[in-house]
Amino acid sequence: MSAAAPAILVRDLRKSYGSFAAVQGIDFEVAPGEVFGLLGPNGAGKTSTVEILEGYRRRDGGIASVLGHDPEQRPRDLRRRIGIVLQSTGMYRHITVREALTHWARFYPHARDVDEVLTLAGLDEKADALARTLSGGQMRRLDFGLALVGDPELIFLDEPTTGFDPAARRAAWDVIRSLQDLGKTVLLTTHYLDEAQALCDRVAIIKEGRIVAEGPPAELGASSSRYRVTWRSPETGRLETRETEDPTALLHQLTSAALARGEGLRDLSVTRPSLEDVYLELTAEATSQEPANA
Amino acid sequence: MPESLTLAWYQFRLERRMFWRNPSAAFFNFLLPLLFLALFGAIFSGNQKDLNVIVPGIAGMSIMSTTFSALAMNLTFLREQGVLKRIRGTPLPEGSYLLGVFGNAITNACIQLTIVVLAGKLFFNIDWPKDWIELVVYLAAGVTCLAALGVAWSHVIPNFDAAPAYVNIVFLPVIFISGVFYDVGNAPQFLRDIAQALPLTHVIDGLSGALVSGRSLQDNWSGLVVIAIWAAAGIFFAVRGFRWDARRTD
Repeated sequence: MSAAAPAILVRDLRKSYGSFAAVQGIDFEVAPGEVFGLLGPNGAGKTSTVEILEGYRRRDGGIASVLGHDPEQRPRDLRRRIGIVLQSTGMYRHITVREALTHWARFYPHARDVDEVLTLAGLDEKADALARTLSGGQMRRLDFGLALVGDPELIFLDEPTTGFDPAARRAAWDVIRSLQDLGKTVLLTTHYLDEAQALCDRVAIIKEGRIVAEGPPAELGASSSRYRVTWRSPETGRLETRETEDPTALLHQLTSAALARGEGLRDLSVTRPSLEDVYLELTAEATSQEPANA
Repeated sequence: MPESLTLAWYQFRLERRMFWRNPSAAFFNFLLPLLFLALFGAIFSGNQKDLNVIVPGIAGMSIMSTTFSALAMNLTFLREQGVLKRIRGTPLPEGSYLLGVFGNAITNACIQLTIVVLAGKLFFNIDWPKDWIELVVYLAAGVTCLAALGVAWSHVIPNFDAAPAYVNIVFLPVIFISGVFYDVGNAPQFLRDIAQALPLTHVIDGLSGALVSGRSLQDNWSGLVVIAIWAAAGIFFAVRGFRWDARRTD
């Protein structure tokens, strides 16, 4: 199973809106059962990429393969095997949560039990509530429920927790982790680092339509060649930080100076940059002038 | 094939449930033609010639409001809310979805037509329909044509706030020109020419033949041609320009 063809394969994907090149040659693969994150600032091309893979948009160039299908053709077999949580979508105002899930379940050949989905999405108590009475977080749970009711192999989550309070985010993360446990493949976009770090097996950092780094969240930081050395200055009593590609010399200098003074070196640490450091560095010039969600 | 029909049936049932789930809206929906009938019935009270015009006229207006206006409004709302986009991401065939939505509009048209015919019999001294086949033919032609035009018109409407204005700018002039409230034959020539080109005029003509005058289908076939031309254009633009997404996605 694990050596099977990738669930998603993207090669040199391109998409422009007029003169604005939203996606400028992206490559990545997602293995079955993997949780893959596209991480990047607003306007980086995440949603364009995902909506091409979901079959909502046409690509201008490159290859896109989802579960062995070309998503642009929107074959029904593919739509039966994927679940989509869009960045923002509405619902019939006067439908109850249970009615919505029951109706959606009819679209799929091997739908899950509606009660099971209610529990999985944390909507047991809201089963008979009308969609228009749901809070933002509850509506998002319904989005999850509707995406999961067909028991898809592959789930797209476009900024699943944007605008959530911390408790709602944790709840959404739990749902996503349970998908992972069920062996589902997940492609999620986010601009929250902690979300990518907490959920993803692998992350691609995307900026201005290009992937600038890719790998497991822990290794993305470690792959940077620089170290960060922090210590408390004996003179000023303040924390000093220096980044260096070779910490040996700096450490030697610091420790020998401390020994010479006959005192310890307080608060000394040598760390590799975190994912956050890498992300902020790589996306530093990314501006927010680009159209959001383009 | 049968599966997509089954799904269309489920979609139709959902649309019906959503319609009735808002009972006050449903009530006023069906009250409107009755209100118009009562008003004009009072104005034309005792004048059977005018009553003979107003009953098929209101019947035609009902068909237009339940199909053209309702579909243009609802599809714009669902599109702007993102419901259409959500549905497009599922395996529900597009055709099944649209069939369910059409079925809902057509059901409302049938209910309203029934109300108008009943009211005509009870209050306005108009007998039961004289030609049932003609009634069914013109009802079918009218709902097909006006429903398709309603879907096509929803593509033009930029957002939901604008929808009532966009719908009324078509609906109100058309019901006046097409002779819902008066006999088109008495209008000035240029209005009569416009009326002859509009589908609703011929739907009302046909309904008038079926409900009142008993003029047969054979004498009315040219009207069906006009309706068919509008229906073909409506279906063409309804399918061609269909937008599932509030944003441009091409």
